[in-house]
Amino acid sequence: MSGGHGHRLYTPGSSYLHRLPAHTKILAALVWVLAVVATPREAYWAFGCYALLLGGAARTGGIRIRTVVRHTVVEAPFVLFAVLLPFLVGGETVVVLGVELSRGGLSDAWNILAKATLGVWTSILLAATTSPQAVIGGLQRLRLPHLIVEMLAFMVRYADVVAHDLDRMRIARESRGFQARGPRHWRVLAQSAGALFIRSYERGERVHLAMLSRGYSGRLPLAGAAPATARQWSVAVTLPAIGVAVSALAWVAAR
Amino acid sequence: MHVPDGFIDAPTSLAAGAVAVMGVGLCLRGARRELNERTAPLAGLVAAFVFAAQMLNFPVASGTSGHLLGGVLAAILVGPFTGALAVTTVLLVQALLFADGGLTALGVNIVTMAFVTVAFGYPFFRLLAWAMPRRRDLLPVAAAVAALVSVPVASLVFVGFYSVGGTVDLSVSSVAAAMVGVHLFIGIGEAVITGLTVASVITVRPDLVYGARGLLPRAQLELRIPTPSTAASGGQP
Repeated sequence: MSGGHGHRLYTPGSSYLHRLPAHTKILAALVWVLAVVATPREAYWAFGCYALLLGGAARTGGIRIRTVVRHTVVEAPFVLFAVLLPFLVGGETVVVLGVELSRGGLSDAWNILAKATLGVWTSILLAATTSPQAVIGGLQRLRLPHLIVEMLAFMVRYADVVAHDLDRMRIARESRGFQARGPRHWRVLAQSAGALFIRSYERGERVHLAMLSRGYSGRLPLAGAAPATARQWSVAVTLPAIGVAVSALAWVAAR
Repeated sequence: MHVPDGFIDAPTSLAAGAVAVMGVGLCLRGARRELNERTAPLAGLVAAFVFAAQMLNFPVASGTSGHLLGGVLAAILVGPFTGALAVTTVLLVQALLFADGGLTALGVNIVTMAFVTVAFGYPFFRLLAWAMPRRRDLLPVAAAVAALVSVPVASLVFVGFYSVGGTVDLSVSSVAAAMVGVHLFIGIGEAVITGLTVASVITVRPDLVYGARGLLPRAQLELRIPTPSTAASGGQP
C-alpha cells in the first residue's frame, strides 16, 4: 500500500535532459520501457546495459543516484512479492545457503525485480527532469484528447490546494484532541473525506464561474509544449533506439 | 498498489493500453453528458479530491493503515463516466509525475482500477439502491456493498490479464485465490470508508450525490419558527 504521495519528484535544473521538449521525453521513455519489458529474462547482460545507460542519462540530467534510489521505494510491495516467489513457485529446486529454492521462482523474481526497477528508474528520471506543466504540455502535443489534458491541468493545478485543505482539516482535528488510532475513528476521517469532496466540488463550481466570467467557452487555451527540432528528436530517440537494439540482440542471442 | 513494469508481458500491456484508450474515449463522451461544459474544471477538481483522499490514512491496528482507492466513491458522487475519468487522471499523474505504477502497465492499471471498478461498482450500487427501500440512510449501505464487491472483481480482471500475459510461473487458480483473498480484505476497508463518506455527503449536500438522483424523495420545505421558550434557551450567544 502506497501511503502518502506528497513528495514531488521534479528537481528544477537546466541540463540538456531538462531542456528536451517533454513530448519527446515521454515518447522515448515509453518506447524504452517497452523494450526493457520485452527483453528475455536470461539476457542478464542486457539488463546491465540498461542500468548503465540509465545511469548515464541520470548523469546528463544532473540527477543524483541517491535521489533515484530513495524514490525506488514505490515498488516495495512488489519487491516483497518477488522475494516470496522462490518459495511459492514449484518445480526444480536449487539449494542456496542451505535453503531449498525453486529455480523457476528465482528466475521469475529476477525478471520482475529487474524490469520493475528499471521501469521505476525510467519514470523517476522522466518525472525528475520534466516539470508537471511540461508533462501536460507534452501530452497535449502527443494528441491526448483535449478534455483529458484540461482535466490533468486542473488536477495538477489544484492537487496541492486540495491537499492543503485536507491538511487544515487534520490540524483542526488534532487541535481538538482527536487522534485516529483504529477503525473506531474511521467515521471522523470519512467525514473529513466527505467535507473535502464538498469543498473540492464547490471549488470546481467557483473556478468554472470565474472562468466563464473571463470568457471561457468550454475549451481552455493551453499553450502546449514547444515543437521539437530535428536535432532534439534525434537526441531523444537515442536511448530508446539503443534499448530496442539491445532487446532485439538479446532475442537473437536467446534463440 | 499499482502494477509495475515487467509483471505483465509487453504484448498484453499494449493490448490493455488499447482497451484503456477506447475506454477513455467512451468516458469522455459520457462525462460531457454528465457535466456538459463544466466537465474539465469539475472533473479536474474531483480528480484532485481522489488524489488527496488517497493520502488520508485510515489506521487499522498496530501501526498498519489503509487508504481509499476511491473508484466507486467517485462514481457515486459525480457519476460513472466522470468518476472513471477522474481515477484515470489520478493514475496518469501518479505514473508520470510520481513514478508510481509502470509506464507500460498504465493500461492494465487504468482498466482494472478505473474502468472495472466503476463499470461494475456503479451499476451494482444503482441496482441495490433501487431494490432497497428509498431511505437516505440506506444509500451508504448500498455504496459500501458495491465498493466491497468491486475491489475483488477488479483483482479478478487483473488475474485475467495475468493469465494471458503473466511473467510468473504460478498457476492462475492460486494467483486468483491469493488476489481475491487479499482484495476481499482491502474491499472491506474500502466498503467502510466509501459508505461512511457517502453518508457524510448525503447528510450535508444530498443534491451533490449523483448516484442518489431519482432515488430519494424530494425534501419538503419545512418552516421552523422558534417559539419564545426555545429562543430563550438555545439562542445565539
